[in-house]
Amino acid sequence: MNRGMKISGGILLGIIAAAFIGPLLSPHDYQQTNFDALLQNPSSSDFHFFGTDDLGRDLFVRSMLGVQITILVAIVASVVSLLIGVAYGATAGYMGGRVDAVMMRFVDTLYALPFIFFVILLMVAFERNFLLIFVAIGAINWLDMARIVRGQTLSLREREFVEAARLTGVSTARIVFRHIAPNLFGVIIVYVTLTIPQAILVESFLSFLGLGIQEPQTSLGALVDAGVNQMEGASWMLLIPATLLAVILLCFNFFGDAMRDAFDARGEK
Amino acid sequence: MSLLAIDKLRIRYGDSLAVADIGFSIEKGESVGLVGESGSGKSQTALAVLGLLPATALVRGSIRFDGQELLGADNKTLDQLRATRISIVFQDPTQALNPFVTIGAQLQRILLQHDIGAATGARNRVIEMLARVGLPDASRQYSSFPHELSGGMRQRAMIASALLAGPDLLIADEPTTALDVTVQAQILDLLEDIREDTSLLLITHDLGVVAGRCERMLVVENGRLVEQGMTRDIFARPQHEHTMALIKAAPRVTDSGAPTAKPGQDVLAISGAEVRYRSKGGQVIPAVRDVNLSVSAGETVAVVGESGSGKSSLVRAALGLIPMHAGCVVYCGHELATNLGDRSKATRRGMQLVFQDPTGSLNPQMRVAGIVGEPLLVHQAALSAEERRQRVAAMLEKTGLSVEFLDRYPHELSGGEAQRVAIARALILEPKVLVCDEAVAALDGTVREQILRLLRRVQEESGLAIIFITHDLAVVRAVSHRVLVMYLGRLVEMASNEALFSRPRHPYTRALLDAVPVPDPGNAGGRTTVTGEVPSALQPPKGCAFHPRCPHAETLCRAQRPEATELDETLVSCHLARELA
Repeated sequence: MNRGMKISGGILLGIIAAAFIGPLLSPHDYQQTNFDALLQNPSSSDFHFFGTDDLGRDLFVRSMLGVQITILVAIVASVVSLLIGVAYGATAGYMGGRVDAVMMRFVDTLYALPFIFFVILLMVAFERNFLLIFVAIGAINWLDMARIVRGQTLSLREREFVEAARLTGVSTARIVFRHIAPNLFGVIIVYVTLTIPQAILVESFLSFLGLGIQEPQTSLGALVDAGVNQMEGASWMLLIPATLLAVILLCFNFFGDAMRDAFDARGEK
Repeated sequence: MSLLAIDKLRIRYGDSLAVADIGFSIEKGESVGLVGESGSGKSQTALAVLGLLPATALVRGSIRFDGQELLGADNKTLDQLRATRISIVFQDPTQALNPFVTIGAQLQRILLQHDIGAATGARNRVIEMLARVGLPDASRQYSSFPHELSGGMRQRAMIASALLAGPDLLIADEPTTALDVTVQAQILDLLEDIREDTSLLLITHDLGVVAGRCERMLVVENGRLVEQGMTRDIFARPQHEHTMALIKAAPRVTDSGAPTAKPGQDVLAISGAEVRYRSKGGQVIPAVRDVNLSVSAGETVAVVGESGSGKSSLVRAALGLIPMHAGCVVYCGHELATNLGDRSKATRRGMQLVFQDPTGSLNPQMRVAGIVGEPLLVHQAALSAEERRQRVAAMLEKTGLSVEFLDRYPHELSGGEAQRVAIARALILEPKVLVCDEAVAALDGTVREQILRLLRRVQEESGLAIIFITHDLAVVRAVSHRVLVMYLGRLVEMASNEALFSRPRHPYTRALLDAVPVPDPGNAGGRTTVTGEVPSALQPPKGCAFHPRCPHAETLCRAQRPEATELDETLVSCHLARELA
């Protein structure tokens, strides 16, 4: 573990812990409106540490809820795209030839679907819920992952240790999961660190369009969006969630960099 | 005053000492060989002279060039010296040349950089220099890109660039290691030719190269200079243990006592093998054409050839790793499917492969126990984890590694240790045929010796049949019973070890034998009668593929391809074999 990893990991853990514990300690509720305390400045009076919004809801509790949901969406979406993307890309890359061609054309076809229409269709067809957002973001992100993993696999497939395994009669599944996948780790980690912030941004974009998280639930993206509307009179409504979002994105990037250095078995320095 | 005087040079990286108190000098016009195994600090010394060490290196001592101290000199001074007075030729010409710039432009840049020659004169000087280092058609090559030249030609271009500004000292760091043996001899000849006005520091691991080419030699071990003196004296009376070990380990083609073959049953027989590749443009490149090869229990057959000879393609196709377009493979009396997936478990178990790059052939993310145990997992799934570990430990012990290695990762192993692990993985299923694809080419002399001994011992114990692919004739001499020589995908000569080395029938075989450097200053070899390099397999020469390089070629050779014919138990493809004998 190096210093960058410790610091960024520590900050992330701190934010996540605060996000889950904070609301329990606060006397306020995320959806309770209070028309006697609209747009209050951040202060310790009545425990409105981050002030209140235009409906008098406590911004601290709402921000912490936003962090919870944002991180949840990002992690679940990344894990979904990781699992599908790695399995799909590694299989296509390893099998090569016709199988590869068919599998990758399928990916190209999915790429051609307009993402927003896809999400709107999903939203119309099904009830609006969290799960759908995860599925929508994951379903888009795994395409990139699959392409990257396939490219790496194509070159790993030619490596001598893979030839040795083939020669001995090691099964294709075992070659993919024991020989190819672990050697993709570095690339995957770097890519996942890009996916998490990307998923966070996509989620806030969807929220902005009214397709994402619905009131009274919230996410950092939705909070930033609400803050933009009030930025002239109540700048804290924009600054606080925006700062949280920026810090979280930065920490994920640093953490990913440090992970790549730390977990590579070769221990390259 | 010496041209170069190094005194108490010490290079340190963190806690590890790369070079410890090395001191030597080079006089004007002298050629000095710097010999050592990998990691001995020989390249570090060269880089220190040029001021090219990374910033993390701590350098102490003194390096004086023509009286001027180089350590601590500023970059401007060093820039002036580099190229104009000291220059270097690296091992890999492909990496040393910029792929996007023509050869001529790259060389001309050196002249312009140092304000030598006006812009107009520079072009002519470059062409002149390219011609001098033996680039045919130098004015055309001037506007070629590096990828349009062969490996040997690229190294010639590198030497031209090093000589362009007329340096006093040329440092050649393993200049021929990446080249084929007949090309190596040509490059070494070239380095000798240019010696009239340049001192040469030749860095190499190959004692044979030094024996023939350098007046004086230095031997380094673990960053220390252990011996220096006249090459002739050192070979005759080595004083230091390490020098003796190096000389003893240096393989010689002149060694007698080749292993004698025990008649056995054919375990693997390949006949009429044809392997083709398809180039990007859809052209068919024949890699192997109509080659037969058999190996019997307890026998080692060497397959020899320069790059592009198809030696690797032949055995890879036989193993089923790449498709074979025609011909058949018979293993223990059964004809095998060409597709690896269609072969039975028992056959797959019976044929194993050891690769050239010892660390590249081990999965970097797996521990030694997992790597060596994996074949057992496939073929003897009934074994418990504990039993498997014991079998792996026993196998490692057989290959000379202790139990401690079980939990190491490949990057924690030295080259020799990694190759032992690769051999253990190949042998754990008790195969009948072991294919070694350049298995010792990447190893240092003493380690190579140990690995060869290990293979021989295993063969004696288990009657293993070994196919040994190599470009190194000294290794062939030491290990093989029979030898197959290939050139551009075809059989050139097939003979017993003894016959091949005492009475080579084919001019190409002879050229190969002549070109091998011998670690004996009195009789150094390393000369060659053939010119040029192996032609592209895309357009193989008509008639005998070797005729453009053959000193004996006649009209018949240019027109008609010779069939392989038997001559005193030697199979040889040459129209003139009988007459030349």
